[in-house]
Amino acid sequence: MNHLPVLPVLIPMFVGALLLLMARSSMTLKRSLSLLATLVQVPLALVLMSQADAGTIVYALGNWEPPFGIVLVVDRLAALMLGIAAVLASGVIIYAARGDDGLGRNFHAIFQFQLMGITGAFLTGDLFNLFVFFEILLIASYALLLHGAGSARVRAGLHYVVLNLFGSALFLIAAGTLYGITGTLNMADMALRVATLDPADAPVAGAAGMLLLIVFGLKSAIFPLYFWLPKAYAAATAPVAALFAIMTKVGLYSILRVYTLIFGAEAGELANLASAWIWPVALVTIALGAIGALAAASLNGLISYLIVVSVGTLLAGIALGTQEALTASLYYLIHTTWVSGALFLLAGIISRLRGPRFGSRLIPGPQMEHAKLVSALFFIAAISVIGMPPFSGFLGKAMLLAAAGTGLKAALLYPALLVGSLVVLVAMSRAGTTLFWRHDAAPAIAEPLDRLRLVAALLLLVGSPGLVLFANPVLTYLDATAAQLLAPATYIEQVMSVVPVASGVQP
Amino acid sequence: MELLYAITLGVLTSCGVYLMLRARTFPVVLGLTLLSYAVNLFLFAMGRLATGMPAILGEAREYADPLPQALVLTAIVIGFAMTAYVLVLALRAQGELESDHVDGKGDH
Repeated sequence: MNHLPVLPVLIPMFVGALLLLMARSSMTLKRSLSLLATLVQVPLALVLMSQADAGTIVYALGNWEPPFGIVLVVDRLAALMLGIAAVLASGVIIYAARGDDGLGRNFHAIFQFQLMGITGAFLTGDLFNLFVFFEILLIASYALLLHGAGSARVRAGLHYVVLNLFGSALFLIAAGTLYGITGTLNMADMALRVATLDPADAPVAGAAGMLLLIVFGLKSAIFPLYFWLPKAYAAATAPVAALFAIMTKVGLYSILRVYTLIFGAEAGELANLASAWIWPVALVTIALGAIGALAAASLNGLISYLIVVSVGTLLAGIALGTQEALTASLYYLIHTTWVSGALFLLAGIISRLRGPRFGSRLIPGPQMEHAKLVSALFFIAAISVIGMPPFSGFLGKAMLLAAAGTGLKAALLYPALLVGSLVVLVAMSRAGTTLFWRHDAAPAIAEPLDRLRLVAALLLLVGSPGLVLFANPVLTYLDATAAQLLAPATYIEQVMSVVPVASGVQP
Repeated sequence: MELLYAITLGVLTSCGVYLMLRARTFPVVLGLTLLSYAVNLFLFAMGRLATGMPAILGEAREYADPLPQALVLTAIVIGFAMTAYVLVLALRAQGELESDHVDGKGDH
C-alpha cells in the first residue's frame, strides 16, 4: 500500500509535537529540525503530483472502508495545492530562521502545526475532517498572528479569533445539517446522495450548502467578509503574513472542491448552487480590494488588499466554471500565492532597512542601504502582481479574460479586472516611489541587509518568471486538473471503490 | 420533544448572537460560548431525537446513530479550548490596550 499521501500531514504533526517537547533546547537545533521538516515537503509534493497525474490516490485512514472511515484523496488539485504550500512554506521558514522566530519560544512548533492543518485540509475527502483541519490551521494561525506581541497584533488578533470562531460554528451547523439529510460525511458519498435527494429535503441541503459558502468565504476573505484580513495581515510579522498568503487559498480550494464535487453540475436540484452568488461577489471583491489598495497607509496594508484583489480574481474564474477559466484560475492561484508571499517578505526586509520609526509606512524615510537591489526586486514583484508582461500575473489574467468569451460576463469581467489592475498599478507605483525615491533628512537607525532573508524572498519571486518559462508543462497539468474537477463522477467512483487491505496481508 | 428542543436551540442561538454583537469582550466571549452550546446540541439532534436507544449495535433492536455523538465530542473539545484561548486573549487585550472594548477603544 502506498503510504505517501499521509506523510504531508504526519511529518509536521510529529515534528511539531517534538518541537513542543524541545521548547527549552537550543534555537539552532529547533531551527534545523523545522527547516528540514518543511523543505522535505517540496520533494514529497512533487512525487505526489506526478503520482496524482497518473491516477487519483485514495488512502483509507486506519483501513476503514469508505464511506464509513476518513479518506485522504490525492487528486491533481490536492497535489498541486500541496506543492504551492510547500514552496511558500520553505521560503517563509528560511526567512523566519534569520531571527524572526526568536520573538517567541514556540514559533517552529506552531509553524509545523499550521503546515499540518493546511496540508490536511487539502488532502482530506471528508467534510467533518475538513472542519477539524480548518480548526488546526486556525488555532495555529491565532498563535502565529500574535507572534511577537504588540498592541496592534492583539487588537487584530481578537477580531480574527472571534470572527473565525463564529465561522467554525456555522461550519458545524452546515456539516451537521448535511449529515442529518444525507447520512454521510464522506464528500464523494455525499455527492451521490445529494444528486438523488428527495425534493422535500433539497431546500434544507441547499441552505447548508450556502452556509458552507459563508464559512469558506470568511476564510478566503471575499466580499462582504474580508474586513478582518487587511488589519490581521498588516499586523502580523513578515514571515507569518507571507505564510498567511496560502490561508485564503485554503478557503478558495474548499469552495472549488465543494461546489464542483457536492453541488456541481450533476447535483440534481442543487446543481451549480453557488455560482450565481459567487459571480457578483467576485467582481465587488476586486473593486473594493483595489480601492483599499489605493487607500492603504503602509506597504503591509497595501499587500493585504492585493490579496483581496487576487481572491476576487480567482473567484471570478471559479464562477465562470468552464475548463479554460478554471485552468486560468489555477495558474493565477500559483502565481498570486508565491508573489504575495514574496511581497510580504520584501516588506519585512524594507521595514528593517528603514528602521523601526518608519517601518513599512508609506512616508518618505531615510536613504536605505542597498536600495537599488531591494527596489529592483520590489519592481519585479510589483510588475508581476499588477499583471504586466513578461511575468506570470500577465499570463494568468490574459488567460482568464480569454476564457470569459464575448458575452455579458466578459463585458463585466474586462472592466473589473483591467480597471482593478490599473488602480493596483497606481497604488504600487506610489508605494515604490515613496519608499525608494523620496527621502527625508532623518538619519537611518536601521539594520544592515541580511542576504539570506533576500534569498528567501527571491526564492518565492523566482516562481513568477519560472511559471512563464515553464508555462507549457504547467498548463498541461492544470488543464488536466480542471478537466478532472469538472468530471466529479470519476473522483466519486475512485473513492467509493476502495476496498480495505485484507488482514494478514502485508501491505 | 422536537418543539422544545428547537425552541431551546433558537433561544440559545439568538442570545449568543446578541451577546456577540456587544462592544465589550466579556459578553462577546459569553455569546460565543452560548453559540457553541447551541451548535453542539444541534449536531447531537442531527442523529435524530429518541430515548432508550443505545448507541451500540446488538444491544437492542433499535439503536441510536453514534456518529453525531462523536462529532459533538470533537466539537466540545475544540470549542472548550478556543473559549479558553479567547478569554486569555481578551485579558491580554485589556492589559495591553487598557480597555475591554473589542476595538481597543478607550472608555468615554
